[in-house]
Amino acid sequence: MFTGFMSNTWIVATLVGVVAGMVGFFVVLRRAAFAAHVLPLGAFPGAAAASVLGVSELAGIGVFCGLGVLGISQLQRWDRREVATALWLAVALALGTLFLSMTSEYSQGVYALLFGEVLGVSSHALAPVAVSSAVAIGMTALLFRPLLLDSLSPELAEAAGAPSRRLELAFLTVLALATAMTLPVVGALMVFSLMVGPASAARLLTDRPRVALALTIGLALATVWGSIALSYLTDWPVGFFIGALAALSYAGGRMRAARQAR
Amino acid sequence: MHLLELIVPPGFLANGPVHTALIVGAGAAVVSAIVGVFTVMRGQSFAGHALADVSSAGGSAAFLLGLNPLLGFLGVAALAAGGMEWADVRDARERDLVTGVMLGVGLGLTALLLYLGTIRGSTSGAAIAILFGSMFTIPASLIPLALTVAGVALVAIAAIYRPLLLSSLSADLAQAQGARVRRMGLVHALALALAVSLAAMTVGAILSTALLIGPAAAALRFADRPGRALGWAVAIGWAATWGGILLAYDSFYWTPGHGWPVSFFIVVLIFIGYLLAGLAGRRPARQGLERPA
Repeated sequence: MFTGFMSNTWIVATLVGVVAGMVGFFVVLRRAAFAAHVLPLGAFPGAAAASVLGVSELAGIGVFCGLGVLGISQLQRWDRREVATALWLAVALALGTLFLSMTSEYSQGVYALLFGEVLGVSSHALAPVAVSSAVAIGMTALLFRPLLLDSLSPELAEAAGAPSRRLELAFLTVLALATAMTLPVVGALMVFSLMVGPASAARLLTDRPRVALALTIGLALATVWGSIALSYLTDWPVGFFIGALAALSYAGGRMRAARQAR
Repeated sequence: MHLLELIVPPGFLANGPVHTALIVGAGAAVVSAIVGVFTVMRGQSFAGHALADVSSAGGSAAFLLGLNPLLGFLGVAALAAGGMEWADVRDARERDLVTGVMLGVGLGLTALLLYLGTIRGSTSGAAIAILFGSMFTIPASLIPLALTVAGVALVAIAAIYRPLLLSSLSADLAQAQGARVRRMGLVHALALALAVSLAAMTVGAILSTALLIGPAAAALRFADRPGRALGWAVAIGWAATWGGILLAYDSFYWTPGHGWPVSFFIVVLIFIGYLLAGLAGRRPARQGLERPA
């Protein structure tokens, strides 16, 4: 379980856990669970397009993540936030079905992209993941204060020179970056479980932002590691365990919060 | 005559699978459009999408057990909708999170069921069929059930039209007028479950959001009254669905050997409708970015 090709898996999973935890903290704070679900799902057509064109999968995912950020922020000018998100999702997935219909030998690939394939991380996939996670962590650290301020009081953030429209764009960019790196590993449908579950549990356990952030990262790491180990032992898909463990941590948080309230 | 034959190829209307797709597709489009207007007004687009995704677990289970897929989608969607309303979370952020966590569990289950399905030796095409839909493969025997589901959803909405509208526009106002806001929410959620599972059958679980939100959002961009918004949403959704089926059928002639997916055309037509609606309606500029509380 810890030898040979599995060592790559553990390295990547650790990076994924840290990045998903950090970004997830802000996803929950900004009530952006829908965007966190849609950006990865909307990026997966990129992988299908890349396979049609014969270019690198990561490039396709990156391009569609970027398109997602632009599409959602453009549609937000015309409509409510969640409607804009839903519309982008529809457009991206429609393109996805078109690309999928063009390739015939892709249905196994679809399953892996949607639900994740942690157990097959190759060595040359390590470098891009490491670089993009370093950038994502760096950007989150830079944006930590303005984002926190904006989530608590937009007026104060505006006065401090961080208008919320620009912050939203920056936030979506970080989200897209985190998505692009985690997607091939945990799958388009599961990235978001990893972002939302641990962070929403941590939020119930403490009021202090820094403690909550640390707790989120810890829970996210525990979720990924646990899921990979369980998936390795049972042969069941990783996505199932990520969804279940994320829900368990949220339920645990709810129960503790309820007991404290009594 | 020749031009007409170019658009509507001979044999289109006589084709059995096309017939079924037209009927079931129209039912799904109409119900989704009507329920969607309320969903958009209530700010529950995420919940609507989450229900669709979660219902795919039911679709996969039905596939695994060899049951009627519509029943699978329907059962799980109704359970999830009931659960979400039962949790009765008032705080908008907590609601968002509960929806998200539930969505994660549902998708995880889908992953597991599809995986179990493939190791049982069935085709791996099931993942694509369940998630992306396969309109031309709907069996004709499904028509009565599909139309019944559509009818039940429409009757439920019609029965509580006024109080539902009021509670969707302003829950406080509706409460003050003596409407049972919680019961309205539950009926809406169940109608949503019916609409979503019907749409999931036709355009696939993850694209049913397009049928639900697209026409409603387009209609609400320029219609000035709820009644008109409902009418326009139905018109846009229905037209896009039939147009999409026709184009997909035509596409067999453009690229010999393989057709383009129906869902693709439907979504493209809906999105064009949305853009046109923006040009037609000069609704007072909306605050694009809603504050994350």
